Amino acid sequence: MYDIKKVHQASSMNDVLKIMKENKEVKILAGGTDVLIKMRERKYKDVEIVSIGDISELSGIHIDESENIIIKSATKFIDIINNEYIAKHLPTLGKACNQIGSPQIRNIATIGGNLCNGAVSADVVPILLVLDAQLHIVGLDGKMRIINVNDLHTGPGQTSLIEGQELLVEIHIKKENYVNFGFDYYKYGKRNAMEIATLGCAVGIKLNKQKDIIEDIKIAYSVAAPTPRRCSSIEKLMIGKKLTKETINLIKPENIAELIPRDSWRASKNFRLQLIKETGRRTALEAIKANGGELCID
Amino acid sequence: MGIGKNINRVDALSKVKGTTKYTEDLIPQNALIAKILHSKIANGIVKDVDVSEALKIEGVLKIVTCLEVPDVDFSTAGHPYSLDPSHADIKDRKLLNKRVRHYGDDVAVVVAVDSIAAQKGLEAIKVTYEEYKPKINIYGNYEVGEPIHKLYPDDVMATMNFYLNEDKERFNKYKIVEELLKTNNFKGNMPDSNLPMKKYEYILPIVQHAHIENIVCFAYMDGNRHIIYSATQVPQVVRRIVSEALEISIGEVQVIKPYIGGGFGNKQDIIYEPLAMYLSKLMGGACISMVSTREETFVNSRTRHGMKITTMVNTEEGKMRMRNRAINLVSNQGAYSTHGHAIAANAITNGFHLYSGSGLQVGTSTSIYSNLPSAAAMRAYGTPQICFAVESQMDDYAKEKGFDPIEFRLENLVKVGAIEPFDTFPIHTNGLDDCIKKGKELIDWDEKKIQYEEFNKNSKVFKKGIGIALFAYKTGIYPITVETSACRMVLNQDGSLQVQVGAIEIGQGSDTVFCQMTSEILSIPEDKINMVSCHDTDISPFDPGAYASRQTYICGGAVKKTAEILKEKILNKAAIMLDFDYDDMDLIDEYIISKSRSEKLESLEKVVLYSMYSKHSTEHLTAEATYTGLNNAFAYGACFADVCVDVPLGKIDIKKMYSIHDSGKIINPRLAEAQVHGAVAMGVGYAIGEEMLFDQVTGKPLNNNFLDYKIPTSMDIPEIEVAFIETYEPSGPFGNKALGEPPIIAPAPAIRNAVLFATGVSINSLPLNPEKLVSAFKEANLIDEE
Ligand SMILES: Cc1cc2nc3c(=O)[nH]c(=O)nc-3n(C[C@H](O)[C@H](O)[C@H](O)COP(=O)(O)OP(=O)(O)OC[C@H]3O[C@@H](n4cnc5c(N)ncnc54)[C@H](O)[C@@H]3O)c2cc1C
Repeated sequence: MYDIKKVHQASSMNDVLKIMKENKEVKILAGGTDVLIKMRERKYKDVEIVSIGDISELSGIHIDESENIIIKSATKFIDIINNEYIAKHLPTLGKACNQIGSPQIRNIATIGGNLCNGAVSADVVPILLVLDAQLHIVGLDGKMRIINVNDLHTGPGQTSLIEGQELLVEIHIKKENYVNFGFDYYKYGKRNAMEIATLGCAVGIKLNKQKDIIEDIKIAYSVAAPTPRRCSSIEKLMIGKKLTKETINLIKPENIAELIPRDSWRASKNFRLQLIKETGRRTALEAIKANGGELCID
Repeated sequence: MGIGKNINRVDALSKVKGTTKYTEDLIPQNALIAKILHSKIANGIVKDVDVSEALKIEGVLKIVTCLEVPDVDFSTAGHPYSLDPSHADIKDRKLLNKRVRHYGDDVAVVVAVDSIAAQKGLEAIKVTYEEYKPKINIYGNYEVGEPIHKLYPDDVMATMNFYLNEDKERFNKYKIVEELLKTNNFKGNMPDSNLPMKKYEYILPIVQHAHIENIVCFAYMDGNRHIIYSATQVPQVVRRIVSEALEISIGEVQVIKPYIGGGFGNKQDIIYEPLAMYLSKLMGGACISMVSTREETFVNSRTRHGMKITTMVNTEEGKMRMRNRAINLVSNQGAYSTHGHAIAANAITNGFHLYSGSGLQVGTSTSIYSNLPSAAAMRAYGTPQICFAVESQMDDYAKEKGFDPIEFRLENLVKVGAIEPFDTFPIHTNGLDDCIKKGKELIDWDEKKIQYEEFNKNSKVFKKGIGIALFAYKTGIYPITVETSACRMVLNQDGSLQVQVGAIEIGQGSDTVFCQMTSEILSIPEDKINMVSCHDTDISPFDPGAYASRQTYICGGAVKKTAEILKEKILNKAAIMLDFDYDDMDLIDEYIISKSRSEKLESLEKVVLYSMYSKHSTEHLTAEATYTGLNNAFAYGACFADVCVDVPLGKIDIKKMYSIHDSGKIINPRLAEAQVHGAVAMGVGYAIGEEMLFDQVTGKPLNNNFLDYKIPTSMDIPEIEVAFIETYEPSGPFGNKALGEPPIIAPAPAIRNAVLFATGVSINSLPLNPEKLVSAFKEANLIDEE
């Protein structure tokens, strides 16, 4: 039994905004796979809910004429995984979505929920950080603001969205941020399924024509700091460098100032430091491969 | 059909269709909800419970606290009753406990109309405690301070020490034992004291059964009848304990066990049945349901004992033959005694069941209370712990001495003809040699050994290994406690049959094998035999319950005996009906036949009809029998693991597991194989992922949920190959011996030994999780610092 005071019915985005305006305490429920857990844990009590999971206006994937990818916030992971365009042009996004929970979770949970929940371990976040995804957020007055996903997370479980007053509507991935790049995402967990990442790493890499120089590289980690984050310090070190083992071996905690892994009973700091190094290098190597490069280190 | 055949599970259809009714499915809609208030400290005393605010909450009907429950102590162990009072279980808890002994101990209970009202009630109760320092790490040195149980001032619940030598003197207090206990160094008194002994230490974590169906029961009254539905492995013991705890006649208590969603020994303890019944009585007989959450099941039911096991061993000069052995075991009992020292005792004695040295063997064991959840029965009753220690030690010692680990084992195995030294039953069957041979063949041991050694020379990131571990496991519990079981059969007029057994179907498939046994003797095909699966203490034949690996072995005896009696009755009836010579008749393919003429005389159906409806003398053909087991037998097996270790990430990719068993005659090969699959999967979890974690200062459980307690998923379970070496065990009803528990025993040490092969690193504790491996590999310089 859940401690729900009221469930509001909404069939359009405007309905949702209206309900939010009239009921200050109402919680947005997309797939509910985080919200229901919080109710069960009694973090949310006596709640009012508005469900956006079935609003068609808020769900779906669309490629515009400039080949930007637009994903509506209530799109379920299964639909991202099964999208042909994404499978062909940005398979790493599908790969990240496909590692979330279990088939049951992927059939109901949404990309917007993964972002708005603000978890440091959210699986879809590192790759979106690397893609510099743009978030389109609407306020109760109907005004849209756009932020880079890199400005979303403000702390563990915290985002810059104003709760109860803003709705995430769309996630935009610009063409220039995904074409000509090779990507990979590495989720490190103790199990092969039903697992929250102990650490996640996404890398996007663009090599020169000869495939021997790193023209651009983007690296993001999750669960290695209070928020998932891009690591420009290491990116700067690697851009312009020759594609060699030494360059890849630059990826190590000492060179990544943004990361502050912590000691907890789930994993020690020392172990996380080892994971940062090892998953970073492996992910970079896979991204190089995806970009048509070749580098073998053992 | 009959035994040795691959009959489908008798409950397969209803389970696949989802129509099977479990306890929770049967809770009446108007049942009241009882929820427990768990302590927020690990060690202390409840001084005051303020329920005034909670009682104001709408829907809260009643609150009972630890300060007002009846002053009756009871034990929760699902053991059969012992006529010997010195063997009785320790009675050390009440319905709710004022003396808080672990974080989450039961302090009060709220009865409400629904779960949310109950939850709100819990949140409004205020408890005042007097707190003591929690005792969490029992292996370290800690101050005893206030004892956890008054009767055990040093927190030591029990010890059991013994030595064995060639003269089979046992248990005697002997200088050696005392010396070992004091100093852990018993050079002076061992035979051939010039041979140095090697010492090893192994640590086993606290784990949980993690059955999918949580702890659940509901209770109500009908007149003076106290009726309880419970997901239990021991309905007959629930009935006795409820009668003891509530001081009511056993005949007034009726316990019903529907289908069960897994138990693995956890449901061999009595958890909330007495409290649910007590509350029902208080509430005028209303139905009270108690459904634990997963978080509660972890903390408030039972766990597998954590242990620290020290072993010492040496071998005869220049030989692989073991000379002297010593094992010291410290078992973490947790807050309450439940099964007492039985599990530690089973473990320490099992330490000497597989191998025997030619010199002296010493075993010492201690169970210590701690402020952690209580430990009790879990699949294989202490032996996965001892097996990990003994089998790891076999490889560690072999490595040290340059022995081949398999040759070293073969050299020291206990053989047929030996007498079990503690319970003194003779070993009639032991197929271990063949299990090892078969396993080596399946895994391609000799070839892989060379291949992997070569591979590992040139590979830094990935390292491959193979490992072996053996086990021996007692099927039943005789002569430690009684072995009894009963069965009843009722023939229907169309020649079909109803069978009631004392044994408890808990998913292991016991109903199916009993059906096959019945068919074997009576020739009635399995699809005409209806197993009555729901155990109801008012009507079911008696059996103390599903524990050990005894059901097929003991209740099988009852089924065989009952079927034979029924067959005799059928033939007797037929002799009268057909006026034919009894001695010349048999029952084959549902027909009465003449043995001498090899011809059919009459169908079974006709005989039953005649017997039921012939006007002059009717008899309903039924039979009932009790079987007393006066024997025990070892099941044996060998487990092999083939792994690839990702060194820098500390991950073990288990390529394949091989589980080879001597369980005597296999009654249903496919069902048996499935049983092995499940247990190996559980063993894999024990090996690489599972461990209950507690805050070392407060004793608060950290990972009592399936997010953080890592049971393997289907994506983590490797391919498993199973083989049976079928011996014929004369003490079993059909040559059979244990299988339910044994396959969980050896996977962990087999995997651990494969990691040792792969990396050269001895990991001496479970689980082999990535963090532990990375840190060990770093220490061994297997991971580059750059
Ligand atoms: C068994 C299980 C396994 C899981 N495994 C994983 C995993 O492997 N990896 C992982 O990353 N996560 C995992 N999760 C967490 C969860 O499934 C994901 O975070 C998921 O993406 C949440 O999406 P949802 O639609 O269910 O969110 P909801 O629960 O509906 O919402 C989550 C939060 O976002 C807010 N929200 C949702 N949509 C919007 C919007 N459009 N605008 C503003 N706010 C919004 C809600 O109010 C809420 O605070 C798991 C959860 C469960 C229960």
